[in-house]
Amino acid sequence: MAGTKTGSLLSGAEAPAVRFESVGMRYGLGPEVLSDVSFEIAPRSFQFLTGPSGAGKTTLLRLILLSVRPTRGLVSVFGEEVSGISSDALTGLRRRMGVVFQDFRLLDHLTTYENVALPLRVQGRSETNYRAEVVELLRWVGLGERMHVLPPLLSGGEKQRAAIARALIARPDLLLADEPTGNVDPTLARRLLRLFMELNKLGTSVLIATHDFGLMDLIDARRLVLGDGRLRIET
Amino acid sequence: MAETRAPSRPAAAPPPEAAEPPLPPTLRRNAPLVPTDSAASRALAAVIAILTFLAALCAGAAEIVASSAGQWQGAVAQEVTVQVRPGPGRNIDADVSRAEGIAKAAPGIAEARVFTKAESERLLEPWLGSGLDLSDLPVPRLITLKLASDKAPDLKALRTSLTEALPGVASLDDHALWLQRLSTMANTFVGIGIGIVALVLAATGLAVIFATRGAMAGNKEVVEVLHFVGANDDYIARAFQSRFFRLGLRGGAIGAGAALLAFALAGVLARISRSGPAGDEIEALFGTFQISWRGYAIIVLIGVIASVVTGVVSRITVRRFLD
Repeated sequence: MAGTKTGSLLSGAEAPAVRFESVGMRYGLGPEVLSDVSFEIAPRSFQFLTGPSGAGKTTLLRLILLSVRPTRGLVSVFGEEVSGISSDALTGLRRRMGVVFQDFRLLDHLTTYENVALPLRVQGRSETNYRAEVVELLRWVGLGERMHVLPPLLSGGEKQRAAIARALIARPDLLLADEPTGNVDPTLARRLLRLFMELNKLGTSVLIATHDFGLMDLIDARRLVLGDGRLRIET
Repeated sequence: MAETRAPSRPAAAPPPEAAEPPLPPTLRRNAPLVPTDSAASRALAAVIAILTFLAALCAGAAEIVASSAGQWQGAVAQEVTVQVRPGPGRNIDADVSRAEGIAKAAPGIAEARVFTKAESERLLEPWLGSGLDLSDLPVPRLITLKLASDKAPDLKALRTSLTEALPGVASLDDHALWLQRLSTMANTFVGIGIGIVALVLAATGLAVIFATRGAMAGNKEVVEVLHFVGANDDYIARAFQSRFFRLGLRGGAIGAGAALLAFALAGVLARISRSGPAGDEIEALFGTFQISWRGYAIIVLIGVIASVVTGVVSRITVRRFLD
C-alpha cells in the first residue's frame, strides 16, 4: 500500500495526531460506552475504525473531535492534551481536522457550493480566493452540475459526496469519516476511498469508521476494532 | 485497487485556467450563515418596527413641545410690562406718561407701547364680560416694552427708577415666573420623552435577547456544524449579529419611516385645518405642528440606534449562550 503508513511507523519527535490513554466514556449515569481505550493515530497514517453498530465508533470520533469530553483517561490531539483546553485552542485544533458525519450535517439553507466552502469561509478567506478550489473539488466528486442546489434537493449519495468535499477542502491534517461510503454505489465508494488515499499521500492522517468489510479489504490498512466498548488493533 | 482511479491532481490544488466550464451565473456564493427568512425573523422585525415607531413618535412629540416652548419663551422674553396702578389723588395719565418716559430713556428698550384705557378695559372682558361700564373700577394701565435684541437691558435699574419715581404706583414685570414655568414644563415633557424612548429601546433589547436565544436553539445544528468546520465563538456571534443587525435595520427603517410619514401627515392635516377654530388652538399651542430638521434627525437616529441595539444585544447574547 504505497503512500499509506500505519501507527507503527510513527516518526521520532513528531507528536501523534491522536493519542488516547485509558479513555473511558459514559453518557450520564449510563453504562460505559468505551472502556480503557488506548491507541495512537500517527501523522500521515491511514486506518479504519470498525465494529458492530452501537460499539461506540461514533462516540470515539466525537471524542477525537472534542465535541464530548472523556469520563476518564487522557485524550491528546496533535500533541495537545484536551482537558481544560481554551476555546481558541479548540478552534485551532478543529481547523486541522476534517470530518464526514454519518448524517452529513449539511446546512440546508446553503447551496452545495457554500456548504463545501464553509471551512475556508470561516477561516476568513474571501470567496474569490477559494472559488477555484471549491469548484474543482465539487467537479471531482461529481457535483459540478449540482453546486447551486440546496441539500434537501440532493440525493443521499450526492449529500455524502458534498459532506466529503467539505471535509477535504481545507486539506486537514486529520480526516475523520463516519461511514463515508454508506450511501454510494460500490464504484463511487472505491473512487471516494481513492480520494482519501490521495489525501493521505499528501500528509493527512485518515480514520474511516465503517463496517463495510468490502471497502476495508480494498486496501491494506490498520484496523481499530471496537467491541463491547473495548478497542482491539489489527495491523 | 486496480479499478480505483486517482484524481489527476491533488484535490484542493488550484485548477488550470483553461477547459473549465463557467460557473452558473445564478450560483449563490455568500449567503448568510444563519438562516434569515423565517416567521420568527419577520415577527422580530415587526416588533422592532412597532417599538421604533412608538419611540420615534414620542421623541418627535417631545421635540415639538420643546421647540414650541422655546418659541413661547423667546416671544415672552422679548417683552416686559410696566403696570401703572391708579392711586388716590393721582392723575393716572400723567403717571403713565412719566413711566413711559422713564422706560424709553432706559438703555436696551427698543419700543414702548402704552395700552389706552379702553384697551386695558378690554383685557378684562374675558373675565367680566363685555358691555360693562368699568369707569368706576381702578383698572391698572399697562405699558409693554419691547427689548432691543442688540443691547442688553438693565431691568433692575429700570425697576428701581420706576419705583423711585412712582412709588407704590408703577411696577415692572419681566415675566420671569412664566418663563420659569414654561421652562419647567418643557423640560418635564422632554424628560418624559427621553425616558419613554429609553424604555422602548430597552424593550427592543429584551425582545432581541429572547429572539436570539430562540434562534440559537432553533439553529443548534448550524452552530454545531460551524464549530466543527473551525469557526470560533466570535465568528459565530458575528454571524448572528449580522443577521439580527439586518433585521434591526429593516425594522428600524420601517418604524422610523412610518413615524416620519405620520409627522408629515399630521403637519399637512394641521395646515389644512388651520383656518378653523381648532386649527387656531393647535397653532397657538404647537405652532405649525411640524417637527424641525432636528426632529427628523432624532427619528432617523432612533431607527439607527434600534438597529445597533439589536446587533450588539444579539452578539452579547450569543457569546453568553456559547460560553
